[in-house]
Amino acid sequence: MAPLLQLSGVSKRYGGVQANAGIDLSVDAGSIHAILGENGAGKSTLMKLIYGVERPDEGQVLWQGQAVTLSSPSDARRLGIGMVFQHFSLFETLSVVQNMALIVPGSKGELAARIRDLGAAFGLSVDPQAMVHALSVGERQRVEIIRCLLLNPALLILDEPTSVLPPQSVALLFDTLRALRAKGMAILFISHKLEEIRELCDTATILRQGRVTARLDPRQGTAHDLATLMIGRPMPPPVHPTPHGLGEERLALSNLTFANDDPFGVSLTDVSLSVRGGEILGIAGISGNGQQELAALISGEIALKSGGKAVMLMGQPVGDLGAAARRQRGLAFVPEDRLGRGAVPDMSLADNALLTAHSRGLVKNGFINRKLERAFTADCIARFDVRTSGPQAEAGSLSGGNLQKFIMGREMMLEPSVLLVAQPTWGVDIGAAADIRQRLVAMRNAGAAIVVISEEIDELFEICDRLQVLHKGRLSPSVEVAATSVAKIGTYMIGAVA
Amino acid sequence: MTILAFILAGTLAAATPLLLAALGELIVERAGVLNLGLEGMMALGAAVGFVVTYNTHSPVLGFAGAALAGIALSMVFATLALGFMANQVAAGLAIGVLGLGLSSLIGKPLESQTLDAPGKLAIPVLADLPVIGPLFEQDVVVYLTFGLAVVIWAVLNHSKLGLIIRAVGENPHAARAIGFRVLRIRLAAVAFGGAMAGMAGAYASTIYTPLWADGMIAGRGWIAVALVVFGTWAAGRIVFGAVLFGALSLGGLIAQAAGVALPSQLLASLPYAVTIVMLAVISSNRRRMRLNTVASLGQPFAG
Ligand SMILES: Nc1ncnc2c1ncn2[C@@H]1O[C@H](COP(=O)(O)OP(=O)(O)O)[C@@H](O)[C@H]1O
Ligand SMILES: [Mg+2]
Repeated sequence: MAPLLQLSGVSKRYGGVQANAGIDLSVDAGSIHAILGENGAGKSTLMKLIYGVERPDEGQVLWQGQAVTLSSPSDARRLGIGMVFQHFSLFETLSVVQNMALIVPGSKGELAARIRDLGAAFGLSVDPQAMVHALSVGERQRVEIIRCLLLNPALLILDEPTSVLPPQSVALLFDTLRALRAKGMAILFISHKLEEIRELCDTATILRQGRVTARLDPRQGTAHDLATLMIGRPMPPPVHPTPHGLGEERLALSNLTFANDDPFGVSLTDVSLSVRGGEILGIAGISGNGQQELAALISGEIALKSGGKAVMLMGQPVGDLGAAARRQRGLAFVPEDRLGRGAVPDMSLADNALLTAHSRGLVKNGFINRKLERAFTADCIARFDVRTSGPQAEAGSLSGGNLQKFIMGREMMLEPSVLLVAQPTWGVDIGAAADIRQRLVAMRNAGAAIVVISEEIDELFEICDRLQVLHKGRLSPSVEVAATSVAKIGTYMIGAVA
Repeated sequence: MTILAFILAGTLAAATPLLLAALGELIVERAGVLNLGLEGMMALGAAVGFVVTYNTHSPVLGFAGAALAGIALSMVFATLALGFMANQVAAGLAIGVLGLGLSSLIGKPLESQTLDAPGKLAIPVLADLPVIGPLFEQDVVVYLTFGLAVVIWAVLNHSKLGLIIRAVGENPHAARAIGFRVLRIRLAAVAFGGAMAGMAGAYASTIYTPLWADGMIAGRGWIAVALVVFGTWAAGRIVFGAVLFGALSLGGLIAQAAGVALPSQLLASLPYAVTIVMLAVISSNRRRMRLNTVASLGQPFAG
C-alpha cells in the first residue's frame, strides 16, 4: 500500500537561505512520525510546504500515491491535512467558536456542540464562547488542535506543540495523540526535545541545515545519539553552578500588587522575591502568567504611581522610578522580544549598543563618539562570538541566536549589579543556548545577582540556585533547586499547589 | 419652522456624507489598511458626481461615476501601499493631494453651476409624529446610508465575511497561514472604501449642497477619518459621531443666522472641534480601545 504522504526531492529557498534541500519523507497512517532538528533546521518550512502555506521550488508531493499540488491551506485541508502552528494562528479578538467558524463549516450552535463533544472525547475541554485573548497558552493550543480535529484530518501536523506546555499538560497531550493514532490518524510531530520523541514517536526523520541527515527508530538510539545527529557534533555538557558564598541583597520585591488595565494583560498579586549577589533566581512558569508584567515592573518599564518601596534595588526604593533611573543604579535587562524591545531591527549593531551603553562614555556633551561606539561594539561581537559582518550590520539581519548573544553581551559588558533576563534562549539553537547559559553562570560566579525568567524548565534546573513559579500572576515561595524536582515545579506551574 | 425642527430635518443629511465615507474607511481599517486619502477621494467623487449629473440629469449615473472615480483613486493607493508596500500614511496623503487636484481640474468648467435638489421622501405615519416628525422626511440616500450602517455592523459582527475581514486586520500572518488571501481581501476592502468615499463626495456636491464650488469637501474627509479612529472601529459609535457633527454644523448655521456675536469662522469650526473632543473622550477608555484596535493597522504585509 502506498504511504499516506510521500515527499520526494522537495526544496525551498528563502532569499539566500536554503531552508529545505532535496527532502524525501514518507508518512504512514496510524503512526506518529517525528521531525527532529535544531532551530533553523527547516522543520517549520517543511510543514508549511505540506500544508500548502508555502510552495516548494522543486520536488513532488504524493498523497495516497497520487501526485498533488498544494497551492493553499484550503487545498491541504480538503485532502485531509490539518496543522497546529508553532506560532498559533488564532485571532485574539474573536471567540473560540468564531475562530473555528473561519475554516470549519457549520452554524455556531453546531460548532459549539461539536467542540464540547471532541473536548470530552479527547480530554481537550475548552469553553466555545470564551474570547481567545483570555485563554492560557495551553488552552489556545487545545483550540488549535480541536479546530483541526473538527475537519477529521487523516494527517495532523503539530509544530513544536510541547514548547509551550508544562510537564503535566505534555503527558495529557501525548495521551490524546496516542488515542488519535489508535484511530488510524497519521501524526507529524515536530520537536527539538529528544526525550519526548523517544517516548512518543514510531519513527523519526532528522533535519540539519535543511537536509535529512538520518531516518531512524527513536526508541533504538539514546538521546545522546539523537543529539549528535541533530547538531552534527556531541552535545555540550551542562554547566551546573557550584555553591559558593552569597553577597548582600540586591533586588527585592515585597508584596507587590499590580492591577493591569490592559484587558489582554495579567495582573500581579502579592509578589515577593529577593536576590543576592552571586546567585541566580529562576522564575519558572508558562508564559502568559504575568512574566511580561513582572519583567516590566522590575525593569522600570512600568513604574508604580506610589509605593516605591515595593521594589528595592541595591537597598534603595525604586518602584516609582523609570527604566533609565533603574539602569543608572546598576540594573541591566534583556527582554524576551529581541526585535522591537531588545534591539531596533533596522539600526546598526553599533547604534543598538549605544542605546543602553551610552553611559559608558560613548556620548560626550550630547555628541556620539563614533570611534568609541564602534570599539565597544566590536569588542562585544568578538567576546560573545556574534556571527555577523561587523558593527555596521543591521540588527534585523542577524539570526535569532546571534542577536540574542549580542544583546546579552551588550548588557553583560555594562557589568551590572543586577541582571534581569527574560527567556534567554528562546529560538536559540542548542550550541548558542549552552554558550549563553555558561556566560550567565560565569557572571553569577563573579558576584552578580541574576534573575532568569524562562519557560524551559530544564534550563532553569541547569543554571539556577533557587526557583519560584509564576502562575496566574502569583509567585510561589522560593525553593532551592537542589531540594526540588521537575515534577514538583510542574505542579506549581499548573497551579495544583496553592 | 422651529429651530428644533430645522435641526432635526437637516442633521441626518449633514451626517450622511461623513457616514458614507467613514463606513467605507471602517471596512478598510478593519482589514488592517490605513487609507488617509479620504479627503481627496471625496473631493474627486464630488467633482465627477457633479459633472456627470449635470450632463446626464441622472443622479444614479452621477453616484455611479463618483463611485468608480473613488475606486480608481483608491487603486492608485493600493498599488503603492499593497503592491509596493509603501508607507501607508505617505501613500494615503499622496493620493489625497492628487484627488484634490483632480477635483479642481474636473469641476473648473462648472464653477458655481447648480443642480436641482432631489425630492424628499416622507415615511408615512412616522413623518407625522409630533416633534421628531421632520427626522423622517429625508432624501432616499439618507435612508440608504443609515440602513447600510446597520448592514455593515451586522456583517462585521455576525457574518463569516466580517470574521475574515477582522482576522486579516488582526493578524495577517495567521490569516495567511490558515489560507486566506490577505492581499486580495485588503484590495477588495480598499476598493469598497474608495467607492464609499466617492459616493460621499457625490452626495455632498449633488444633493446636500447641489452647487459646484472648488474645495467644497472642506475637511469632511478628515473628520470621517477621525470618526473611524475615535469611534474605536465600531459602527454604532461612528454613527453617533457623524450625527453629532451633523447636528452641530446646523447649530452653527442657526447661531450665525440669529446673529450670535461670535466670529463666523469660530462658529464654523465648532462642529469639528466638539466632535473630535467628544470622540476623544469616548476613545480614552483604554480597555475599549485595546479590545477594538486593529492590531496590524497600517503595517505593510508581503504576500
Ligand atoms: N518567511 C521566511 N523568510 C525568510 N527566511 C525564512 C522564512 N521562514 C524561514 N526562514 C529561514 O529558513 C530557515 C529554516 O527556518 P524554519 O523552517 O523556521 O526552521 P525550524 O522550524 O526548524 O526552526 C531559517 O534559516 C529561517 O531563518
Ligand atoms: Mg519552527
